[in-house]
Amino acid sequence: MIQAGVIGVGQTKYDAKRRDVSMAGLVREAIDNAMLAANLEWDAIDAVILGKAPDMFEGVIMPELYLADAIGAVGKPVLRVHTAGSVGGSTAVIAASHVCSGQFKTVLTVTFEKQSESNATWALSPRYPYSPHINAGAGGYFAPFIREYIRRYEAPEHIGWKVAAKDRQNALKNPLAHLHIPGIDEKMVSDTPMLWEPLRYLESCPSSDGACAMVITAQDQVGSRNVAWIKGMAVRSEGTLSAGRDEVNPQAGIDCAKDIYNQAGIHNPFNEIDCAEIYVPFSWYEPMWLENLGFCDLGEGWKLTDKDATAIDGELPFNMSGGVLSSNPIGASGMIRFGEAALQVMGLAEDHQVEDAKVAMGHAYGGAAQFFAMWIVSSSLD
Amino acid sequence: MSAEDTPKDYSESPINLEYFYTAGSATTRFLNQVKEGNIVGQGCPKCKAVYVPPRGSCPRCGVATDIEVPLTDKGCIESFTVVHIPIPGNPIVPPYVCAMIRLDGANISFLHLIQDVEIENIRIGMRIQAVWKPKEEWTHSLENIKWFAPIDEPDVDVATLRFEES
Repeated sequence: MIQAGVIGVGQTKYDAKRRDVSMAGLVREAIDNAMLAANLEWDAIDAVILGKAPDMFEGVIMPELYLADAIGAVGKPVLRVHTAGSVGGSTAVIAASHVCSGQFKTVLTVTFEKQSESNATWALSPRYPYSPHINAGAGGYFAPFIREYIRRYEAPEHIGWKVAAKDRQNALKNPLAHLHIPGIDEKMVSDTPMLWEPLRYLESCPSSDGACAMVITAQDQVGSRNVAWIKGMAVRSEGTLSAGRDEVNPQAGIDCAKDIYNQAGIHNPFNEIDCAEIYVPFSWYEPMWLENLGFCDLGEGWKLTDKDATAIDGELPFNMSGGVLSSNPIGASGMIRFGEAALQVMGLAEDHQVEDAKVAMGHAYGGAAQFFAMWIVSSSLD
Repeated sequence: MSAEDTPKDYSESPINLEYFYTAGSATTRFLNQVKEGNIVGQGCPKCKAVYVPPRGSCPRCGVATDIEVPLTDKGCIESFTVVHIPIPGNPIVPPYVCAMIRLDGANISFLHLIQDVEIENIRIGMRIQAVWKPKEEWTHSLENIKWFAPIDEPDVDVATLRFEES
């Protein structure tokens, strides 16, 4: 198979309202940063892969049509990807697959959301036909699964506060993060109002404007550039309303993780992965995904969180950039995880760099926790 | 320049979206029963899983769920959340309890309200039963059920709800 690597990651500043740029300007800001980082001219780009979450989130339908010039896609193949919140991850996988196919040498990929232009919680809470109108956004949907996790493994409530505080402390080291909350700690989180029991305000992700882009190229195009080699990548999905489904520990997540570990030759992910950017939009998903991704046994995830294993100086740092809990332009949130993993192994993560990070994981999930996308990147090809 | 004189850098353009939803044959069979106050799930002929509300096929096996399975309006709370914030466009006033309702004999849950109980007394595994609207208000909708309310029966261990193919 053709080996592919990330040679440029570009991000915007994430914020609640980026009124200084249009949607096209926002996307182009990330692309320009990625192209500068990759040190490439436009002629080198063979295809553009764009991803974003539901068009209802802004009310702009099929934005890839209007954005074709801003994303540099004129005269080139363009593909729009959509897999709900996981789309940033699946878009990266599809872009990398284009390179691995041998049909494209270098691919530009970009994902975005401009949440300030509409209301995602409204878009996620429509009245469904023939049903009572009681659905209450993403938090309302995931909260019952979190409650069941807490019940099943007798997890203490401060675990959620701890994750929320830890990710926001990391965000203080990342100038691009949307939320910078000075003095953030567990007490501050636990003092915020309850939104969807057991989730409090600061245990939930913000709504952000932002975009993330990457340039992915084939091994023979890399030259002397700094590169994050893609050692394993996969997407998986499962039936939302399927009998036997375990929403606390989805099978598609288990299978997707096993697939990328096998591709990357990883036998013990906890020991062999140096750091990970994992999609945690609500605090409790950190311990839930620790278990789902095979970093520990079932019921042990919250104990790893509790003993600071996922802190930036811990055994397995999670979300050094501040994660989805600190910046959440939904369509881009998955690609930020993938791009931040790449920056870690390229040694470019600046103040939130994990020392000697050689192998990193990027992860995204979406929809009703039924879409998953993951990759492993490494500083070396071997 | 006062704030009122500052030119706007954006404009609001509301979108009104209406759509027609085609129920399909499986949901139509289900809703015709709901209009009569009956809850009839549909079973998979292969793995025997029972779906309510049914969507016409079994996601496990990819076959039509053509076995009609009459159910009662009793079940248990698989899990739940208490919603404390108003949701744009949603008429319900918080706080309200949104629960995953698992009817007896069904292998998936659906979302509905829990009422007639203090919120702090609601538990995973609690036994509940539907509280129906007056018969003359029944339509083709699960809104015929106003909410679910606790009944005086022992809690269920929700670990036993997990579907295993026999």
